[in-house]
Amino acid sequence: MPHPLLELNRLRVDFALPHGRVTAIKDVSFSLQAGETLALVGESGSGKSVSATAILRLLPEMALPSGTIRWHGNQDEEDLLSVPYKRMRRIRGNEISMIFQEPMTSLNPLQRIGRQIREVLDKHTSLRGAAANARVIDLLEQVGIPDPHRRATSYPHELSGGQRQRVMIAMALACEPKLLIADEPTTALDVTVQAQILALLKELQQRYGMAILFITHDLGIVRHFADRVCVMRHGEVVESAPTQELFECPRHDYTRMLIDAEPHGSKPPVPSSAPVMLDAKDLRVRFALKKRLFRPNEVFEAVRGIDLTIRKGQTVGIVGESGSGKSTLGRALLRLLESSGDIRFEDTELTHLDSSQLRPLRARMQVVFQDPFGSLSPRLTVGEIVGEGLRVHYPELTRRQRTERVVQALEEVSLDPTMRQRYPHEFSGGQRQRIAIARALVLKPQFLLLDEPTSALDRSVQATVIELLRTLQQRHELTYLFISHDLAVVRALADTVLVMWEGRIVEQGETEALFREPREPYTRELMRAAFLDQAA
Amino acid sequence: MLLYVFKRLFQAIPTLLIVITLSFFLMHLAPGGPFDGERQLPAEIEANLLATYNLDQPVWKQYLIYLGNLLQGDFGPSFRYKDFTVTELIAEGFPVSLELGLWAIALALLLGIPLGIVAALRRNTGLDYVVMGTALAGVAIPNFVIAPLLALVFGVMLAWLPVGGWNDGHWRNMVLPVVALSIQQIAYIARMTRASMIEVLGSHFIRTARAKGLSEREVIWHHALRPSLLPVVSYLGPAIAGIITGSVVIEQIFGIPGIGRYFVQAALNRDYTLVMGTVVFYGMLIVLLNLIVDLIYSVLDPQIRYDD
Amino acid sequence: MTTETTTLHAQGASPHLGESLGREAWRRLKQNRAAMASLVLLTLIAVACLVGPWLTPWGLNEVDWTAFSAPPSLADGHYAGTDANGRDLLTRTLYGGQISLSVAVVATFVSLVIGVLYGAVAGYVGGRVDTLMMRFVDIMYSLPFMFMVILLMVVFGRHILLIYAAIGAVEWLDMSRIVRGQTLALKRREFVEAARALGVRGRTIVTRHLIPNTLGPVIVYVTLTVPKVILLESFLSFLGLGVQEPMTSWGVLISEGVDMMQGAPWLLLVPSTFLALTLFCLNFLGDGLRDALDPRTR
Repeated sequence: MPHPLLELNRLRVDFALPHGRVTAIKDVSFSLQAGETLALVGESGSGKSVSATAILRLLPEMALPSGTIRWHGNQDEEDLLSVPYKRMRRIRGNEISMIFQEPMTSLNPLQRIGRQIREVLDKHTSLRGAAANARVIDLLEQVGIPDPHRRATSYPHELSGGQRQRVMIAMALACEPKLLIADEPTTALDVTVQAQILALLKELQQRYGMAILFITHDLGIVRHFADRVCVMRHGEVVESAPTQELFECPRHDYTRMLIDAEPHGSKPPVPSSAPVMLDAKDLRVRFALKKRLFRPNEVFEAVRGIDLTIRKGQTVGIVGESGSGKSTLGRALLRLLESSGDIRFEDTELTHLDSSQLRPLRARMQVVFQDPFGSLSPRLTVGEIVGEGLRVHYPELTRRQRTERVVQALEEVSLDPTMRQRYPHEFSGGQRQRIAIARALVLKPQFLLLDEPTSALDRSVQATVIELLRTLQQRHELTYLFISHDLAVVRALADTVLVMWEGRIVEQGETEALFREPREPYTRELMRAAFLDQAA
Repeated sequence: MLLYVFKRLFQAIPTLLIVITLSFFLMHLAPGGPFDGERQLPAEIEANLLATYNLDQPVWKQYLIYLGNLLQGDFGPSFRYKDFTVTELIAEGFPVSLELGLWAIALALLLGIPLGIVAALRRNTGLDYVVMGTALAGVAIPNFVIAPLLALVFGVMLAWLPVGGWNDGHWRNMVLPVVALSIQQIAYIARMTRASMIEVLGSHFIRTARAKGLSEREVIWHHALRPSLLPVVSYLGPAIAGIITGSVVIEQIFGIPGIGRYFVQAALNRDYTLVMGTVVFYGMLIVLLNLIVDLIYSVLDPQIRYDD
Repeated sequence: MTTETTTLHAQGASPHLGESLGREAWRRLKQNRAAMASLVLLTLIAVACLVGPWLTPWGLNEVDWTAFSAPPSLADGHYAGTDANGRDLLTRTLYGGQISLSVAVVATFVSLVIGVLYGAVAGYVGGRVDTLMMRFVDIMYSLPFMFMVILLMVVFGRHILLIYAAIGAVEWLDMSRIVRGQTLALKRREFVEAARALGVRGRTIVTRHLIPNTLGPVIVYVTLTVPKVILLESFLSFLGLGVQEPMTSWGVLISEGVDMMQGAPWLLLVPSTFLALTLFCLNFLGDGLRDALDPRTR
């Protein structure tokens, strides 16, 4: 076996924080061969990004790394943690380059992108003048930026997120590095864009023969992208194996748990004779884009004429990419946004009710939002948050009765009811989401709008929340409208799926049928991207 | 861009109209006329005076006359300096005030920005604490305290520089007032530059720049500097307003013949037309300077577009 | 990187269970020695100004015929010396402090009330009302305000009530912008939407969910407004356009001190020290509060 290109040996990183030292990674060892793709997988806080960032010594100043990082680039072996700063600068962007998770903020907003790419060439190559400019155009072309001559003079804010990530890749490839470190490069992007970026990376890897260290939380990507996998937890590598082997017979419990946490299961459809819970006809939502004082506002139609029927006991999933109007649709159905068209909830026409007429109905239709950090009022205790609905709808309850029902609701979502005196900022993301569910549940609603309730959570936490939602549905005969961009979750939870694109429903049907045989081209593209079937 | 300039100038009209209208009617609400307090004038002379200044007309007519005169650059006669018009007084004082103000702004930028950058780059070191502690003192101590102290130390005790006077803008006369006028702005700008530099240095694109293999010097000069200065540029508007306001006391303390001093004298003497003229003039100046600041900002930040 | 660093903070922060954000901020503030020292010093200055004039051996306008422009001395009870008219400087400075501080409190309160109401209404109602209200604020911003205040003083005479009102009416602009921005941001937060989905009334949403969450920035801004107001009052008084005899304030005393500074420098130094110290402490406290309430360290 030849020398590995990169070898981390017992890497440890401490952070010197004002109130003491915190260990970010304890013991990380792995190696990477030339041309190989190694995936570093773990949930948030596992230390995967810290490990990757430590390789190029890009950690903040308060970080104190120890151990060795052996690099076998051009010449003799060297330890990246101890090479002189000057040598490190020759390695960065030249022998090893890096792309990041945040395409929107990783480029300098005040410089044209051509110049930002050229800077790498100026730094590490002898290309100058017209030759350098030609190389910039060539690179932009290679990463699939249309009209590269014009684009080279654009500023980052004139590009979409996917295009900016392409520019980052162009910059990283400028000196044909031996190793590319990709830190969650597609996490902030829509699935179809993600698929394109992954395909591009694969293609470029073959062309240049570079190794890729791919950091991700998404096992779906790992399976289709990596040769080998390192699983990290709490700052340690718990298992490392070739991809196929790891997925087929995981040895470590944690790996097994991660793989099991991929959403699975399905929901049988509801008989079509079930009573209608919610019905909407020709629903439209318009936003004023630019508010003007004396002229009519410029208007954007986010939801463009949607018909929708939800029957009792159903879980209707709505999928779509960002900007498809799915969240807007959900809010409009609950009359949280002004809309035109008709909405019926059971036997009540909602469309013309004002907020006081709607109030009694609010107890029967509730909502859980995506952001577990933003959806709980930060200055109220958990008890007050969960009990707020009771104050509105059952003002006759005594304080004691109210507490009883709050305790009951918290127990139902498996939270310790003694925690009700605490404040939201003391809870983890998953716990907060349970609090949000308890807040909805305490009113004993029949209908729940779930707007990306699991999207901000780690897979393992996500799995428990999904399980909770399933149990609650069965126990209370709830009807769900489940909005998500995550097709795997929707497939596991919903019995009917609507696919949205640009404010319209492009396709709908029973979940299994739709996932097995999507008819519309857009649905097909979405599926392909989400499950990376042919993309990789 | 040109369209934007015109649009902004157009938008400034209501602002100026408010300034003019407010000051005009405030002045006419004032109890007592401009000629009270002096020895009793014979009725005939008083009527004559009133007629000269159109004070015998109804208020709305006086207002229109004033507006019409303003359009021609005529701020009316001064009530106190009887041989001068307000326009002449402003024209005489403004070059002095302008010179003082420009030096003060220049000094504030030339000292404030480097100090802020150095403090940011050496943050949490002794140097940083010293610079920022001094800056906080500079923010806290008002210029009308600093100015006399400077005069006391450098003018009286050490006798290095003149205590006051203008001497046609000789540099020795200018040092103390310029320093006194700019200290507060130096402090503000240093604090602001430090804060924004630290924020920019923590941002993602700086990490990208480091990942490219740039040296720390290149990272700072090519990538961190310009974005860190954007907040400073947008602070220039308030800074200029602060310096204009400050010049009023500084001119008073050092006996400098700029419009600030005229303004205070006029306010104390109830020289209505001069007070009003100065306020309107300052209003126009601030509006104009804000426009220039916005234009500079737009040159520095490509994310701002003026096609709307 | 970002996510990992935040988790580090979350892990590293010692958890104080069941603690509200306000109490947590207070705990953080208490750890900030400079801010706490400023708070103590400010309290001392305020108490001294309130009760001090009663305790000094000399009255406010009492003339000591044996001591004109006398330097500070422990022997005759003029601990800070006397002015040209033989009046005790310490008594006058403490009394002037009463005026300056009262202007600070009242004018800040005026600006707080106008600013919070205006900003909250603009932010909560939104739409055209908001556009219109904020355009008005923009116009007000570009007025040369200091000069308008001076104009007011010239026209209506230098009454203390007018100083309160005029300064308060000037300083509310920033406050209204801050509150509006906060309200707009909060309105879009999901917890407000969740409250609406629960059927909570608009009024309750404002009082229970919006206002408590704007408090942090408002408190910080108030601590930064107080020194501005004190400065503005001293500025006016210094020019002779503020409070009038027999009342006095730090600005007036400083202005008198400037005239006498060659012969009797204490007349300048004593009131200047009080003023600078107060402003210094308020700025420190404001900085400390901002750090304590900054959500990024949370």
